[in-house]
Amino acid sequence: MAYTEEELKKELETKEYEYGFYTDIDSETFPIGLSEEIVERISAKKNEPEWMTQWRLEAFRAWKKMDEPDWANVHYKKPDFQAISYYSAPLKKDKYESIDEVDPELLATFEKLGISLDEQKKLAGVAVDIVVDSVSVATTFKKTLGEKGIIFCSISEAIQDHPELVKKYIGSVVPVKDNFYAALNSAVFSDGSFCYIPKGVRCPMELSTYFRINQAGTGQFERTLVIADESSYVSYLEGCTAPSRDENQLHAAVVELVALDHSEIKYSTVQNWYPGGKDGVGGVYNFVTKRGICHTHSKISWTQVETGSAVTWKYPSCILKGDYSIGEFYSIALTNNYQQADTGTKMVHLGKNTKSTIISKGISAGKSQNSYRGLVQVHPRATNARNFSQCDSLLMGNDCGAHTFPYIEVRNNSAQIEHEATTSKIGEDQVFYCNQRGIDPEKAIALIVNGFSKEVLNKLPMEFAVEAQKLLEISLEGSVG
Amino acid sequence: MITIENLHAQVEGKKILNGIDLDVKSGEVHAIMGPNGSGKSTLSSVIAGHHDYEVTEGTMLLEGEDLSEMSAEERAHKGIFLSFQYPVEIPGVSVTNFIKTAINANRKAHGLENMPANEMLKKIREKSALLEIDSRFLSRSLNEGFSGGEKKRNEIFQMAMLEPKLSILDETDSGLDIDALKIVANGVNKLRSKDNAIIVITHYQRLLEYIVPDFVHVLFDGKIVKSGTKDLALELEAKGYDWIKELV
Repeated sequence: MAYTEEELKKELETKEYEYGFYTDIDSETFPIGLSEEIVERISAKKNEPEWMTQWRLEAFRAWKKMDEPDWANVHYKKPDFQAISYYSAPLKKDKYESIDEVDPELLATFEKLGISLDEQKKLAGVAVDIVVDSVSVATTFKKTLGEKGIIFCSISEAIQDHPELVKKYIGSVVPVKDNFYAALNSAVFSDGSFCYIPKGVRCPMELSTYFRINQAGTGQFERTLVIADESSYVSYLEGCTAPSRDENQLHAAVVELVALDHSEIKYSTVQNWYPGGKDGVGGVYNFVTKRGICHTHSKISWTQVETGSAVTWKYPSCILKGDYSIGEFYSIALTNNYQQADTGTKMVHLGKNTKSTIISKGISAGKSQNSYRGLVQVHPRATNARNFSQCDSLLMGNDCGAHTFPYIEVRNNSAQIEHEATTSKIGEDQVFYCNQRGIDPEKAIALIVNGFSKEVLNKLPMEFAVEAQKLLEISLEGSVG
Repeated sequence: MITIENLHAQVEGKKILNGIDLDVKSGEVHAIMGPNGSGKSTLSSVIAGHHDYEVTEGTMLLEGEDLSEMSAEERAHKGIFLSFQYPVEIPGVSVTNFIKTAINANRKAHGLENMPANEMLKKIREKSALLEIDSRFLSRSLNEGFSGGEKKRNEIFQMAMLEPKLSILDETDSGLDIDALKIVANGVNKLRSKDNAIIVITHYQRLLEYIVPDFVHVLFDGKIVKSGTKDLALELEAKGYDWIKELV
C-alpha cells in the first residue's frame, strides 16, 4: 500500500549521515584549553612573523572580554571553550608537491567524500585546496594558476610568501573585534585558503576548498581571504563534512572577500557538517562570519546550500561601499531532526546606486527550527539604493518551525526596498499526484524540494548544483507531512 | 482490463462505496455518471490507490493482478493513469521535467534505462502537437497559474506521454470551455486503441458527445444502480438524477 506519514517518518529517522566515518591519520593535537600561551604556540608552530602573532593576541584579548551572543533563535549548550583543542594537524606536515605524496589514508578519505583529486577533476577544471582539521593538506593546479598571476594557496603559506597582501587585507572586512566567534577565530585560526586574482584577470577555473573536521575534541577555525583586484573575476566554492560524533564539534570560520573596483566574486558553499543524530545528540556547531566588501562597480554574490550542522549561525553579508556596487545572497537552508539554523544576510548600502538581491529558501523537516534573519540597511549617502528580498519557507510535517526575521533600516528617501515572503507545506496531495504518475514518495519529495529551491540551485556552478541536488535529496529522504 | 467486484471503501470511517461491480475490457470506454456525492471521485481515488481510502471489502484486478496490496506508484507502473479533477501545482518543476521524471520512473520500474534525450524530445513534440500545446507551455511550472483548460490539457498530455493501459478521466470536462473541451476530447479519442481502456467520470452528458462511450453506468449512493449504452446518458440528461433516485 501507499506510504503513510508514519512510515515515511520512520524511514527518515533511519537515514544516516553518509560522511560520518573517521580516518585514522597520525595527528599532532595541542592540549585542550585556550590562553595567550596557546595562541603564541599556534603562531610559533606556523612560523609566523611578529605582526601576525601580535594581531592574534590582540584578538584573543578582545575575545576574553566578549560574551557569546544569544540573540539568535537557537538553543544549545554553550561550548566550554577551555575543553577544546585549538590545533590539530595531520602529522606529515610538509605541503605535498604532488598528489602521489599524500598519505593514502587521506586520499581514501577524499574518495569517500566523493572528491577526486585525479585527472577527472582536472578535466573538470576545478582547483582544490583541502583543509583537514586545521591544516591545508593539498592544493591542486597551483602552477596553471600561477601563470596567470593568480595566487591560490593556504593562508599559512600566504602569510609566509605574500605577507604584504595578507597584512593589508586580513581583518579589513571582519575586524578582530567584530563578534565573539570572529575574535576567537582571529586568535586561533590555524589554516584556511587564500586567493588573489590580479588586475584584469578572469580566473579560468573554479577555485575550491574542501574542509573536513577529523579529530575528536578539536575545533576547526579556518580563515579564508579572497581578494579580487580591479576588473578581475573569480568563482570560489567550498564544501564541508565531518565524522559522526556524539559530542558537539565547534566550527568557527571567518571568510573575508574584497572586491576591488569593477571586479566580481562568486562565492558558493555546500555545507554538510555532521548534523547530529536523529535524537539530536552530537553534531557540529557552525558559527561562521562571512562578509565581503564591494568597491565601485563591483559585485559579490553569495550562494549557500546549508544542509548540515546541529546549530548554524551564519550571515554572509555585503558591505556595498562603492557606488554602483551589487550584493547578492542566494540561500537554501535545510534542517531535519533536531537541527537548528539561524541564517541570512546583511546588505549594507553605503554607496550610491547600490543594488542588493536576497533570495532565501528555508526547508524544515522533523523537529527542526529554521530561521531566516536578514538586515537591509540604507545609509544616508546611499542615494537610489535598491533591494529585493524574497524569503520562502517550506515545511514538512507538524513538528518543525520556520521563522523569518527581516530587519529594514532606511535612512535615505530615494531607496526602493521590496520584501516578499511565503510559507508553504509539502502537501500529501502533491506527493500522491507524483505517486500516481509512477514517481515514488522519496523521489517525489526530492522533485518538490528541488523545484522549491530552483532559483538558488540555478546560481550554483554546474558540478556543484548536481551535488547540491543530491544532498537535498539525501538529507530529506522519506520525509513528508 | 479491470475487473472490480463488490468493492466497498470508506474514508475516515465514512462508507462511500457500497459494493461496486465493474468490468472494463480492452478497447472499451466506460462512462460513470452520477449526482454529486455519489462516490464517483472516490472510485477513481480507490482504483489509483490513494491511502486516505480504505478498501473494506471486494477485489480489484488489473489484467488478473490483484491491486489491493500495491502502492499508488506500483499501480501507475502497471499502467493505471488518473487524470485528476483538481491537478496540483508543483512550483519550480517544469511540465517537461515532471513528465521526464515520471517516464523514467516508470521505465526504471520495468528495468529499463532512462529514455534517451532525443527520443524524449521527439515524443514530447509529437504529443504536445496532438493536444495543440505551445512549446512555451512546457517550460512553465507544473499547473502553477494554469487556467482550468490548461490544467486539463496538461493531464491528457501526460496521459499521451505515459501511454497507460487504463485511464480514468475524473471530471475532465469541469472548468473547460467548449473549445478546450473539443481539443481535450479530440486528444483522448486519438489515444483510444484496442489495447487500452478508458473510464470517463462525469456529471454531465456534454463530454460524452465528444468522447463516445461504449457503456454508461449510473452511480448512486456508492453503487452502480443502472447500466446501459450511450443512450442512457441522454436519458439522464433529459430526466435528471431525480429519476434515478426514484428508481432506487
